[in-house]
Amino acid sequence: MRMYTIALAGNPNTGKSTLFNTLTGLRQHTGNWAGKTVLTAAGEFVHHDVTYRVIDLPGTYSLYSNSADEEVARDYIIFEQPDVTVVVVDATSLERNLNLALQVLEMTNRVVLCVNLMDEAKRLGVHVDVTRIRQKLGVPTVAISARNRTGIDELLEQVEKVASGKIIPQPVTISYSAEIEQKIKELEPHILRLLGTRFPPRWIALRLLDGDEKLLASLKAHLDTVAAPGLKEVVPHEQISCH
Amino acid sequence: MASTTIPLSEAKTGMRLVLTGINVQGVLRRRLLDLGFVPGNVIEVLQKSPLGDPVAFRVNNTTIALRREESSQIFGNILGGE
Ligand SMILES: Nc1nc2c(ncn2[C@@H]2O[C@H](COP(=O)(O)OP(=O)(O)OP(=O)(O)O)[C@@H](O)[C@H]2O)c(=O)[nH]1
Ligand SMILES: [Mg+2]
Repeated sequence: MRMYTIALAGNPNTGKSTLFNTLTGLRQHTGNWAGKTVLTAAGEFVHHDVTYRVIDLPGTYSLYSNSADEEVARDYIIFEQPDVTVVVVDATSLERNLNLALQVLEMTNRVVLCVNLMDEAKRLGVHVDVTRIRQKLGVPTVAISARNRTGIDELLEQVEKVASGKIIPQPVTISYSAEIEQKIKELEPHILRLLGTRFPPRWIALRLLDGDEKLLASLKAHLDTVAAPGLKEVVPHEQISCH
Repeated sequence: MASTTIPLSEAKTGMRLVLTGINVQGVLRRRLLDLGFVPGNVIEVLQKSPLGDPVAFRVNNTTIALRREESSQIFGNILGGE
């Protein structure tokens, strides 16, 4: 059976674990404070004869090395490269939530934006224009209520399309000042030469310009671990799987 | 417009300000930006603790407490008929 990996990212308390439980039938802890996810939980479900592995990432406001949680979430998205990252945002606080959503869109285009807590938004009289968000951000956008299990079918449909490559989202490119854009342009060829297209060169350039040393350390550690066992394993692994 | 720019540490309870600048560097700057202390954003002074430090601010629909150390380095223009 085909298997895809989807990661749930988002601010704290946006209902990622609730969605995780709804999807996998597992019982990851949820709730305001005591239910905060600190480690990534993994579960699985099957949809249209495809297995999906779901990773529940810790909730963060950002991915820029301010805390261990943020590093876990960032490293997962950039190094493990899930087939789809579902960014779960709180319909009642979109302004705050979209910061992280934009950060994820700079890292990968394989994103589905999931506007959760729609029941709460409705109760507060907040109207969310999902179509407009989709147009502005350039990624599939779905409104759900994870707790009431509404919108889940539509979410799965979009996840399936992005995972299978039927939809290739074209997220909006965030443009910076002329000075920064110039520096990105200078850095990108070097990054491509060193790292190839494994990581998004524009994002790496931005991290370098930001002086994000923790990212560099993570990157180096990651390259060391993938390079070392890989060298020994490549040949026998291929042979075993062929015969 | 001739509006007064003050550090958040000088703002009074109930005041609303449009942020104009953040004079903090490094990881803390990043943190403040992620929390919504972004130039152009409107923040509200919620309440001072008994000793006047830290102070609670409303930003992006969230309450954030800042110490004077930080709030004195964030600047904004007072909004409304103050
Ligand atoms: N009204 C409403 N509440 C929800 C919905 N989804 C989740 N919640 C509630 O929101 C709270 C937080 O949910 P969690 O699933 O723990 O949130 P989380 O994103 O995993 O939080 P962290 O692990 O801290 O990042 C819980 O009390 C949930 O019951 C929803 O669709 N509607
Ligand atoms: Mg959780």
